[in-house]
Amino acid sequence: MTLYIDNKPYDVKAGKNLLETCLTLGFDLPYFCWHPSLGSVGACRQCAVKMYRDEDDKKGRLIMSCMEPVANNQRISIQDAEAREFREHVIEWLMTNHPHDCAVCDEGGSCHLQDMTVMTGHAYRRFNFKKRTHKNQYLGPFINHEMNRCIQCYRCVRFYKDYAGGKDLDVFASRSNVYFGRHEDGVLESEFSGNLTEVCPTGVFTDKTLKQHYTRKWDLTTAPSVCQHCSLGCNIIAGERYGELRSITSRYNGAVNGYFICDRGRFGYEFVNAPGRIRKAVCDTEVVRKEEVTERMKHLIGSSKVIGIGSPRASVQSNFALKMLVGKNNFYHGVSDNEHDLANLVIKILHEGPAPTLSMKEVELADAVFILGEDLTNTAPMMALAVRQSVRRQPMEQLAHINIPAWHDGAVRELVQEQKGPLFIASVHTTKLDDVATETFHSSPDEIARLGFAVAHLLDDDSPEEASLSPEESKLAQKIASILSMAKRPVIISGASCETDHVLEAAANIAWALHRKNQQAGIVLTLPECNSLGLAMMGGHRLEAAFNAVLNGHADTAIIMENDLYRHGKKSIVDEFLKVCKNIIVLDHSPNPTTEKANILIPSGTFAESDGTLVNNEGRIQRFFQVYEATENIQESWRWLLGLGTALGVDEMSHWKSFEDITQAIAKEEPFLKNIDKVSPPAGFRINGQRVPRETHRFSGRTAMLANINVSEPKPPVDSDSPLSYTMEGFRGLPPSSMIPFFWAPGWNSVQSINKYQQEVGGPLRDGDPGIRCFEPVQTSKIQYFKSDPAIFESQEDHLLIVPLHHIFGSEELSARSPAVGERCPAPYVMVNTADSADLKIHENEELSFEVGGQPYQLPVKVSSEMPRGMAGLPYGLPGLPFVELPAWGILNKEMKWMKQQ
Amino acid sequence: MDEATINHLLIVGGVLGGLLIVAPGLIWLERRLLALWQDRYGPNRAGPFGVLIVLADTIKLFFKEDWIPPFADKVVFVMAPAIVMITVFFSFVIIPFAPGIIVTDLNIGILFFLAMSSMGAYSIILGGWASNNKYSLLGAMRGAAQMISYEVFMGLALMGTVLLANSFSLVDIIEAQRGMWFVIPQFVGFVIFFIAGIAETHRLPFDIPEAESELVAGFHSEYSGMKFGMFFVGEYLGITLISSLTVCLFFGGWLGPDFLPPLVWFVLKTFAFIALFILLRASLPRPRYDQLMEFGWKILLPLTLINLMITAGVVLMREG
Amino acid sequence: MFSIIRSMWITFMHMFHKRETVQYPEQKNKLTTRWRGRIVLTRDPDMGERCVGCYLCAAACPVDCISLQATEDEHGRRYPEFFRINFSRCIFCGYCEEACPTYAIQLIPDFEMGEYDRQNLVYEKKDLLIDGQGKYPGYNYYKVAGLAIGGKDKGEAQNEDPPVDVRSLLP
Repeated sequence: MTLYIDNKPYDVKAGKNLLETCLTLGFDLPYFCWHPSLGSVGACRQCAVKMYRDEDDKKGRLIMSCMEPVANNQRISIQDAEAREFREHVIEWLMTNHPHDCAVCDEGGSCHLQDMTVMTGHAYRRFNFKKRTHKNQYLGPFINHEMNRCIQCYRCVRFYKDYAGGKDLDVFASRSNVYFGRHEDGVLESEFSGNLTEVCPTGVFTDKTLKQHYTRKWDLTTAPSVCQHCSLGCNIIAGERYGELRSITSRYNGAVNGYFICDRGRFGYEFVNAPGRIRKAVCDTEVVRKEEVTERMKHLIGSSKVIGIGSPRASVQSNFALKMLVGKNNFYHGVSDNEHDLANLVIKILHEGPAPTLSMKEVELADAVFILGEDLTNTAPMMALAVRQSVRRQPMEQLAHINIPAWHDGAVRELVQEQKGPLFIASVHTTKLDDVATETFHSSPDEIARLGFAVAHLLDDDSPEEASLSPEESKLAQKIASILSMAKRPVIISGASCETDHVLEAAANIAWALHRKNQQAGIVLTLPECNSLGLAMMGGHRLEAAFNAVLNGHADTAIIMENDLYRHGKKSIVDEFLKVCKNIIVLDHSPNPTTEKANILIPSGTFAESDGTLVNNEGRIQRFFQVYEATENIQESWRWLLGLGTALGVDEMSHWKSFEDITQAIAKEEPFLKNIDKVSPPAGFRINGQRVPRETHRFSGRTAMLANINVSEPKPPVDSDSPLSYTMEGFRGLPPSSMIPFFWAPGWNSVQSINKYQQEVGGPLRDGDPGIRCFEPVQTSKIQYFKSDPAIFESQEDHLLIVPLHHIFGSEELSARSPAVGERCPAPYVMVNTADSADLKIHENEELSFEVGGQPYQLPVKVSSEMPRGMAGLPYGLPGLPFVELPAWGILNKEMKWMKQQ
Repeated sequence: MDEATINHLLIVGGVLGGLLIVAPGLIWLERRLLALWQDRYGPNRAGPFGVLIVLADTIKLFFKEDWIPPFADKVVFVMAPAIVMITVFFSFVIIPFAPGIIVTDLNIGILFFLAMSSMGAYSIILGGWASNNKYSLLGAMRGAAQMISYEVFMGLALMGTVLLANSFSLVDIIEAQRGMWFVIPQFVGFVIFFIAGIAETHRLPFDIPEAESELVAGFHSEYSGMKFGMFFVGEYLGITLISSLTVCLFFGGWLGPDFLPPLVWFVLKTFAFIALFILLRASLPRPRYDQLMEFGWKILLPLTLINLMITAGVVLMREG
Repeated sequence: MFSIIRSMWITFMHMFHKRETVQYPEQKNKLTTRWRGRIVLTRDPDMGERCVGCYLCAAACPVDCISLQATEDEHGRRYPEFFRINFSRCIFCGYCEEACPTYAIQLIPDFEMGEYDRQNLVYEKKDLLIDGQGKYPGYNYYKVAGLAIGGKDKGEAQNEDPPVDVRSLLP
């Protein structure tokens, strides 16, 4: 298709609007209300261009480019004087009420409105009348509200309500008084509210945590990183200033997180800056220098039997270094046995099964979704957002027949109204996705599995039969099966959060059964932590075996790396293990009960101070880069272990010198991770002989930042592990997509500059979306279905089946340490059914005491009618709540309650 | 040791010491005079009239980092500034400051001077070459061409006085001027010798080998510390040398009315010419390199030859 | 030839002209207010700090010798937590003053700031902040900016309407 822009022909793709086409071609055309993920509504009138009827038409007419589909031989002009004047006037109108406060606005320097004002050329204010003002609202610990700055583009509500399914942000009042906010002050409920800071073209919604230690975008030392707070591995940009991590923003990855990230990922970073961080190596209460640590450990380890306990929140490199240091047979996974088995099961399903594992982008494009046992919003929030898009998108498929393009948001909404794509959720309790679900089913994990097996059998007779379903359940199973089988791209989502292997097996059976009929069917399984899958891929023993090895005297020294054992093992057992173990060497960055018991405590770097690689739930290997050199004695776990391995003369480790060497060794040793060294360019990679700078060309204060310590500036650190530099010097063009430290293009200081990094607007990054998947579906005609037989759930007297309930804020260890996220953490509680609470004669907020696997609990009760009878929900991983393996039967302790009532 | 030897040693020591004082003194003098002609004060803070600025400068030069660039030819790099000092000092051997105050009265005095000043060209060429730097090399090339060219008619210009005095010895030449300073019969010779002298010492306006506006600092771009200092001292001693030679050859050397001792006459006359050197620097712009060469070969050389022929003719005529 | 001699003569005659030099430590030149010397941080007419920590001076600085950290008081008024200028790097170009949107940072006609110890050329906020308005009297940024601070709520700045009542539908 040919499009003439200012009389020059361009070859363009059909089905797009003029605005995206112009931006894809690299033209600078201003816009506000349009967003590649949100579509066009034509509200801001900013993207006006001149359109001509034919070659002879000299007059033309102004149109909004975002509302006009591309047509063959279309002639438009961006540079036309009238169009430019129009665009300049639009900005001038928007500016009449814009407050004079760029200097104190957090958006300044990364503000789309600033960029567009400069782009259109409006420079002097001519409007002399009074400015409209608005009161602000308190919107919780994450988002700051400054309503005066609003330019009424409606992006916030379109993202918050339409895209992310939020209910508590809306537009109020009328005419030029429209107000974007909540109906009253209060915390924004959506888990994706942080994206408002990037969606809002100006400073109405800004990052409140950044405000505590405000830094302009141009002053941040940034590096491409990967979110550490759930298994999805969303791509992020982490920014540092003055030795502190200052902000997290989304890093576009078309296949993974797209433009957005969740609030846990965005605001959970501040554990890195915690004053209580472990910063010095301590040997038996004595602070030791870096060089001495290796010496001391060498003596200790040389003369004892050592085991190593890895971690699902440590990088592949760190875990591998530990495994090599202690030997394959002495390497243990630091996760509960249940999670250990589930991770292995996930690998089995993804590796040996025929159904492909899908990325979030592919989930967005699914047209039928069945979720088994997962509360996605709380365990893998961005996946919930992807599912929401699938539900939103599916009804749009009919649009093709009536010639409405999918980007035409207003028209699409008119047509779709309340129609939603098919989504079935089987979970233990209500989830936030229930409001868009076609059907929901709340029951025990085993019951969910039974429903799943039944659906699988309905789809494929080879799949084992599941007989004993109630009539309603059978009806539901039939409905699900029929809709899934009709869908073109069905997706089955499950995960480890209800900690039951049957659920995963049922999900696998459905996916495989579907896949037999429909090659497009896929499966998505979520895991507990950011590197659960990477750890499981490396092989290693269960945690219980580690405990036994020490308790039985086979080992007397344990190296525990970035792991709080109290989150993965029962308190009594871990206590005993740590007591019996003669030498406890702990590498970690944040203090926790395990580090308190360490004989030797070694400060390891957080993700911001480390280079490493993670494997996300999809089996995508992704590299994260060090943002800044850690101060004092902090260094990456793998670097500590490497030093130790070299000192001890471990064969495999003696020739490792750097990150690159470890990565090469992993590629050689670990069959699943054979492509790990191809994820990002090697450390020696240079563009035109230059590194890629972590700092923008506007970076300020180089000669003053450290002048208070010494007026002679130190040499900037040299990065031996990656092709990035810690300075502002280096290659200024587009870096390879796996190592984009920040998005910036001339004239585009805001995140909207992402347009310049994509092959086409909203599409993949220039040289492909980063990350390499390590699972390829097996081509097989014969499917080995799982044949387990989950028990039928029956409630028992004086017992409640305790199931884990996940919380986006609180269930994850590291983010919960951040003050802003901590503010959103719920207090520990136990959730019981309304009828059960009546039977127990207990009311909301009264304390219930019970015992699970020998672990006593006494917690305030929350009553919910949606919690299935005979079951109780216990929040997973909340700070201060002792660990217990769930689901398990809890024995009610009535006497405790009686005593309490006194 | 007999008295003559001691006397001789005293003269050598006196000349050497005097020159070592004169060289830095000239630096001060030049700065003060330049300032005077440019409506400024010049150095006036350290010591009376700022003379101690010279001391401060010398101390500074001694304490500066003695840097030899890693890409330089080290031996030659160190040798070059020494050559300029040595040749200039040697040239002073033949200068008669007053009757009896002369290191040695060579009967080929002027030839010795010409030989020594030719040697001086080596210091520029070697210094520029050893620096291994394009600006230095360009400066050295220019310097070599300029010095060798101007040497030719410098020598020829002197021949007139030699003919008149019938000797190469400077003492004889001075004695020959008792009746009339040679500047009168040999005016053209004097002008040409003086111009060639400026070029020999590569002083402004003929400082083309250094030409800081084009070549950074020409042949001594890479020099610092006392090695640079030696080039500097060499240059000022060169000025003194040319001035004293001019005085000897054309202005009667120590000769003058009796109310002042001969040495004072000599010093006064010499300083007058040094001041002229400085005035030239203060007032004249630098010609282009090709202009300089053209001026030398196309104008000065024919003029010298004509001057020499006429002088020879006159001498022959008088004798014949 | 004549021109050479003439120019030498003219140069020579300058010996008798008046000296242009100002004998600095004893005599002092009168510097204009626009002279770009030592940098100060000024206060607004209410004696509040003018600097709002916007980082524009730091960004404009060609030698990157300004560093600061913005912070806020309990009422939302921004001010620099620390403000550091490394005068051993400063080239007194005045770009910081041009970039400053609040007239806070100003270059004043004082250049006598030599130190024997280079470390003493690092000026902190306490060395920079003066109790005056400098060259631009009367300007108060927060009086024209839309941000609410202590003592000035929304709609109380110059040229502002009172805040919109969202619940009203009246025109």
